[in-house]
Amino acid sequence: MADFIMPSLGADMTAGILVAWRVEEGDQVENGDIIAEVETEKGLFEIEVYSAGVVEKLLFQPGPEKVSVGTVLATIRRETAVATARSIEPDERLKVSPAARKLATEKNIDLRHVKGTGPQGAIGLADIEVACGKVTKEKVASAPTELKKTTDFKAGMRQAIAAAMSLSNREIPHYYLTTDIDMSRALNWLIEQNRKRSIKQRFLPVVLLLKAVAKTLKKVPELNAIWVDGQLQLKQEVHIGVAIALRGGGLITPALHNVDQLDLDQLMIALSDLINRTRTGKLRGSEMTDAGITVTSLGDLGVQTVSGVIYPPQVALVGLGRISERPWAENGLLGVRQVLTATLAADHRASDGHLGGKFLDALNKFLQEPERL
Amino acid sequence: MTEIKIRETIISGLSLIAPEADFDELSPTENIREELDIDSFDFLNFLIGLNEELGVDIPEDDYEKLVSLDDLIGYLMQRLC
Repeated sequence: MADFIMPSLGADMTAGILVAWRVEEGDQVENGDIIAEVETEKGLFEIEVYSAGVVEKLLFQPGPEKVSVGTVLATIRRETAVATARSIEPDERLKVSPAARKLATEKNIDLRHVKGTGPQGAIGLADIEVACGKVTKEKVASAPTELKKTTDFKAGMRQAIAAAMSLSNREIPHYYLTTDIDMSRALNWLIEQNRKRSIKQRFLPVVLLLKAVAKTLKKVPELNAIWVDGQLQLKQEVHIGVAIALRGGGLITPALHNVDQLDLDQLMIALSDLINRTRTGKLRGSEMTDAGITVTSLGDLGVQTVSGVIYPPQVALVGLGRISERPWAENGLLGVRQVLTATLAADHRASDGHLGGKFLDALNKFLQEPERL
Repeated sequence: MTEIKIRETIISGLSLIAPEADFDELSPTENIREELDIDSFDFLNFLIGLNEELGVDIPEDDYEKLVSLDDLIGYLMQRLC
């Protein structure tokens, strides 16, 4: 038997509202199937199950009540032998850090009902802290069948961002490194590519930048990682969080999956899909949690340098400014080039400036060979 | 294709991106991307929408000519008429 729990969709989430079930009792589910919709301060999300089997019991009905992260929402009877990282087994084979186990014992928290966010679903101290305090349902002050209004949504979004960014500034000793990158070659290559393409197939410069970041992370994997329980945990996959501004205010940083494995056409399609789903409230739960780094680009607004705040538990954020014509000295000659200022914000607990410097150097080199991206 | 029809198509496309905007208040000579807070992704989608509605494939080299509502109308009139 596996439990399907209210997931944590980010460092800022303590509870969510179960809006709908996508399955009924008795339905067969596969690993990765979307089985529920959950609303948080950041919007509505499709939630995947990480067990295969049959939905045995739906323990909660959709409603306006907030349900704490870690609360069991449904039970899944396993009928195929697929155990996954995020299914919670009723036996003692849970991976729990000693500090997390100590705190759980002190707070009388049942570890079987806590979602681990570490490698192989290991439960860390942060997971217990999230599960603390609010194990029972809380009532929210709204009409029984009415979901939150727009004004509440804006306020909630602000609160969620405030919580995550305060946590980041409180706990993460940021350091910043900045470099100017000559984008002339990359943009010329892009223009040539786009001339051959219909309007629907054209690339935006950001796909080159995202692909270059993905390739750079393969060379500097220490920045594709999370910091949990005082330890750096490297990510195997290259999932990049992309900061996407919402029209009504606020932003969401969902993960673009496996960026290193996508060619530029696939990446453009995946990015368009992700932006559209972010702005229409159709993101999946996993996309909110599995990024190993975030990229934020404010170039459209004419910003030159973006010194960002790291989204915990990640350990780095790449801030990209506007690509603009600037004077550029090279080989004793002064010319005009298209220049991008890239800023790495990194967690000094997890890496040092030397490593950050290697990251920016590799990023620059990849962007000088756009045809190889 | 009349100017009125082109204008309607443009406004219709922009309102998909910026549904909250008051287009009666939009000056025809203002920078629409700045005024309506349209990023490069939304702008590309807007041009794809125009392409679907009007059949005009606007080359990337011409993007810089399309700053204001008047620019867009003038450009599309030239391409379509």
